[in-house]
Amino acid sequence: MNRIRTAARSHIDNFMKYRFLLRELVNKNIKLQYRSSVLGIFWTFLQPLLTMIVLAFVFMNVFGKDSSKVVNYPVYLLCGRLLFNFYTTATKRAMTSIRRQSSMIKKVYVPKYIYPLSAVLSSFVTFLISLTVLVVVILFFNLRGMDPISVTWRVVYIIVPILITLVLSLGVGMILATVSVFFKDVENLYDVFCLLLFYLTPIVYHPSRLNFVEGSLQLRILKLNPLYGLVGMFRAAVIWGKDFSHNWDMVLMYYTSIFAVVMLVVGFWLFYRYQDKFILHI
Amino acid sequence: MGKYAIEADHVSMRFNLNKEGVDSAKEYFIRLVKRELHYNEFWALKDVSFKLKKGDRMGVMGFNGAGKSTLLKTIAGVLKPTQGRVHTEGIIAPMLELGAGFDSNYSGRENIFLYAATMGFSRKFIQEKYDEIVEFSELGDFIDAPIKSYSSGMRSRLGFSIATSVKPEVLILDEVLSVGDAAFKEKSERRLESLMSDGVTVLFVSHSTDRVERICNKAIILTQGQLVANGDSADVCALYRNMVLDK
Repeated sequence: MNRIRTAARSHIDNFMKYRFLLRELVNKNIKLQYRSSVLGIFWTFLQPLLTMIVLAFVFMNVFGKDSSKVVNYPVYLLCGRLLFNFYTTATKRAMTSIRRQSSMIKKVYVPKYIYPLSAVLSSFVTFLISLTVLVVVILFFNLRGMDPISVTWRVVYIIVPILITLVLSLGVGMILATVSVFFKDVENLYDVFCLLLFYLTPIVYHPSRLNFVEGSLQLRILKLNPLYGLVGMFRAAVIWGKDFSHNWDMVLMYYTSIFAVVMLVVGFWLFYRYQDKFILHI
Repeated sequence: MGKYAIEADHVSMRFNLNKEGVDSAKEYFIRLVKRELHYNEFWALKDVSFKLKKGDRMGVMGFNGAGKSTLLKTIAGVLKPTQGRVHTEGIIAPMLELGAGFDSNYSGRENIFLYAATMGFSRKFIQEKYDEIVEFSELGDFIDAPIKSYSSGMRSRLGFSIATSVKPEVLILDEVLSVGDAAFKEKSERRLESLMSDGVTVLFVSHSTDRVERICNKAIILTQGQLVANGDSADVCALYRNMVLDK
């Protein structure tokens, strides 16, 4: 018991020593992302807005119309894409974080989890900034009176899917970071996987459009994807505040939370097990 | 607080020459099937033990490939020894390569804060040292230009200025004293001397016995990963000169 306590103590001390570095690295990732582009940080808003417009134009006629479930298609789309994009950027950045910082890892001692952690946190900050696009788009539709969204106080519940996604991204990111040090192939594979995930997650379509019977095997398999539940919760809080209890899936909330925590534990375990060997492979 | 700044306790480091460099799944499985994964083990360090008191300055000598850099890396914490352990006390400024923690897209100014953070210093602390660092590095207006436009001399000068301005307790120098032009070289040696008179512990890798004798009071010799001599720098340097002659 005492040994565990001293181990935890020294880990916390170590983290406190390097908290400045964590902040510097998060800052760096955000700053450098848009450096030397004319519009700079403004791309954080512009990029999701433009993709939303493109996707809305492409899929409006296929998925947007005659579906009673989808209130306002562009907003519906934006909600899903923002959260999904946060997950993919965070995990992809974490995955490449060790290789990208190899020159530093080879020369300076720093606790290595700082690299994937800062990658995920900087994606998180970018995501939080990009949420203002959602506010702007909702205001736009409400002011013009086109398919207005009635946002209620339930909107505070978005914190739940956001936090679960953060934990999930960190866990998956640590796993990917570890594996990709030894097998670079994973980086290519994961790109394809993310594309698959994009179509498996109800982002451009509403799950009711799939014509699966409630409780059917296909739908259950689809719900195993944690992003299914996370995107659903996010939308329930933002769009369906009026009919919240009907749209907020408690089972999926528990499922995604447990899934995320398991990923985090597995991620840290794997990372700690192999981190001393990283330097021999990068 | 112990009285030793660095304690190396039976440190051994093994490299697996075949396993390293395999970075695709295909190659891994081919080697696994051909049973080539565990060949070619190579011990870069074999059972190296020494203790260095605070304020001591130790020269590390040896021929190419003797394990000097590997030893420094295990002490800096970059490499974890296969066997044995290393214990260090105090803030270490590892100058294995000057400016290793720099990001080339960042300006000199931003890199000062980044580099200092890798040593565990806060933005506020560095803010106070900032002017001193910039002045010593002689970078002037270049400080706001991205590092990628710097010459290697400019990078090294900035790295040296940061690492020595924060008053570290242990300095690890891997032949970095040849920084910049003659004038800067002299200036940097003066700074090292003033750090030493403040009682900094130094670990210094060099091939030059003259330099080791001038800077260090202790010295060790490594041969093929083994510690063959450990003692006062004058004695060890004499021994090393003989080794060089015999070769």
